[in-house]
Amino acid sequence: MTYRSRLDLTAQLLANKNMTFLHRRHPRAIIYQGLLAAAVGLTAWYFISNAVENLLARHIASGFGFLTREAGFEIGETTFLSYNAGDTYLNALAVGLLNTLHVATLSIVFSTLLGVSIGLARLSHNWLLAKLAAGYVEVIRNAPLIVQLFFWYAVITESFPAPGEALSPFPGVFLSNRGLAFPVIAAGTPLKLDYPVLSGFNFSGGALLSPEFAALLLGLSLYTAAFIAEIVRAGILAVDRGQFEAAYSLGLNQRQVMRCVILPQALRVIVPPISSQYLNCTKNSSLAVAIGYPDLVSIANTSINQTGQAIEGIAIIMLVYLTISLAISGFMNWFNRRFALRGIKP
Amino acid sequence: MSRAMVAAAPHRVTLLQWVRAHLFSTWSSSVATLAIFYFAWITIPPLIEWAVVRAVWSPHSASLCRESGQGACWAFVADKYRFILFGTFPADQHWRPALVIAILIALYALSSWRGVRRSSLVVLWLTGLTALGLLMWGGLFGLNYVDNERWGGLTLTLLLATFGIALAFPLSILLALGRRSDMPLVRWLCISYIELIRGVPLISVLFMASVMLPLFLPAGVSIDKLLRAQLAMILFAAAYLAEVVRGGLQAIPRQQEEAAQALGLTYWQRIRYVILPQALRISIPPLVNTFIGFFKDTSLVVIIGLFDFLTTIKVSLTEPAWTGFGVEAYLFAAIGYFLFCCPMSRYSQALERQNAPGRGVPMLREN
Repeated sequence: MTYRSRLDLTAQLLANKNMTFLHRRHPRAIIYQGLLAAAVGLTAWYFISNAVENLLARHIASGFGFLTREAGFEIGETTFLSYNAGDTYLNALAVGLLNTLHVATLSIVFSTLLGVSIGLARLSHNWLLAKLAAGYVEVIRNAPLIVQLFFWYAVITESFPAPGEALSPFPGVFLSNRGLAFPVIAAGTPLKLDYPVLSGFNFSGGALLSPEFAALLLGLSLYTAAFIAEIVRAGILAVDRGQFEAAYSLGLNQRQVMRCVILPQALRVIVPPISSQYLNCTKNSSLAVAIGYPDLVSIANTSINQTGQAIEGIAIIMLVYLTISLAISGFMNWFNRRFALRGIKP
Repeated sequence: MSRAMVAAAPHRVTLLQWVRAHLFSTWSSSVATLAIFYFAWITIPPLIEWAVVRAVWSPHSASLCRESGQGACWAFVADKYRFILFGTFPADQHWRPALVIAILIALYALSSWRGVRRSSLVVLWLTGLTALGLLMWGGLFGLNYVDNERWGGLTLTLLLATFGIALAFPLSILLALGRRSDMPLVRWLCISYIELIRGVPLISVLFMASVMLPLFLPAGVSIDKLLRAQLAMILFAAAYLAEVVRGGLQAIPRQQEEAAQALGLTYWQRIRYVILPQALRISIPPLVNTFIGFFKDTSLVVIIGLFDFLTTIKVSLTEPAWTGFGVEAYLFAAIGYFLFCCPMSRYSQALERQNAPGRGVPMLREN
């Protein structure tokens, strides 16, 4: 008998000398759990039976058979896969998933770069730079992401000129209310760039980021960067001051102190919260539906509206995000183990 | 470090010394300062000209906004502010939601003020929330009844956030306790619920409430859209709050529980009188942070078409007179949310500094 359970028993004996069967710990726990299981089971059964009845009454099919049927709607933009309205729902959802992964991955990369810079800027000795970074974090964190997405989308579609008068910050790069057009390496010819050219009301050739994609990428990256900046700052501040002083007294300069002494230690504090920010970033990419970028949620939503199969559609969304969450946290755990102190158990 | 040296200096710091120490201490610092000044020089004057000097303010000048050379069209806000604040609440009754907004802000301000005792706060909140229900629904004391489909605007945002958190909080305490329970089934259920909700985006939970929940109810029974969304927000917030509460529970030393056990207290007595009071006190700053995230998240109801602060702005933009002024409209929306979130964020930072003075490591906000 462990110390804890003995203590527990003593406490119970003190409280009630005449314990009956029901007052003892184990039988009671079993009864409670039995009741809980029954309650959960009954509720589930009640909901499911209602759902079956409702689906029958509304003539809605159930099951995932609809995935192989023709989707019949066009998708504005696709990543890697080609798609047309004649393809199946499964294809459409795959396009949505790849679009989600596309925008989430790019946002994670950009927000990490920006976030680390802003986090370091907040710790700068330069008062102006530190205050500017602090202001950025405060402003971005205290407005909802969806408002920021609407804002950037409005900036792109309303304030930028039409393709005819597109802004061209660099040769071959055009900013207009149709998005961002930029040159890409032409297929098959590694040294030749394919430049976007104005034809009619839009650009052809090169690559074009749609306003929806550009707004989502911009908004998501700027938003996530503010949170990453705080994580980076907290991580560096968590390193003992003595480490700074010791490193400086060794004659290292500021850059060396950061790179060789502080950052490796800060990284161990930084990685766990940053991985949860990466998860947030991926989940937040679902706000794409609000500005009309065809991500997974948006396409699943269209499918639900067309087929009426809400349960299956939402199950797919949840399953996919849970898988992504598990994958990211699995990867970050591996990364964390690799960079954790070896041989010293905290 | 330079800051510490300046502070320790025996003589008063002149402005020039301060500028040299904080803006031009090194070559790279000087370059950064000059770059920031240059950037401010090229961006701030045109921005002020757009937002203030050439802006259109009068509410009836939608056409003036479209003339070339005009700046920001704040006329939009001036024209639509009642809709943005109160939704479609009957116009002659607008004092009611206005009073509701005032009561809610007063309640939040009082809760963050140390001078108010906790017992009186509970009374205040209960009275306040009852008054809110009365003001919004009416039907008593000569107030005419207003259906909740007509609630909207900022009022609805504040109500969704307040009731969401108020009802999610007790649920989250149960979930957090359940997650630490000795009973495997209870623990397992709580863990799966918390991790499931935290693993999926809020939109999917809102979709679930708006399109899936009606399928799960018996024929003939229906829950209105607002209540469904509120239910989804409560279930969502509870999972996040539960993790914050669990953090507080974990910080309480084991001996506290054992001492309470040795005194012969039952499980619920131990929780009620020994564990929770301590755990919740240290969880206040992260709880406020979760609330900020939740307050911002209420804006997602725009996707299921509930008329909150953001939706009223978005809908106003679809009127022919105001299409194309999205930049001003959403800037206004962002400022609106900021005015609520920023004080809360300051409050939680101040609490954190009181709890752990001198540490300087900031507390992290999840969202």
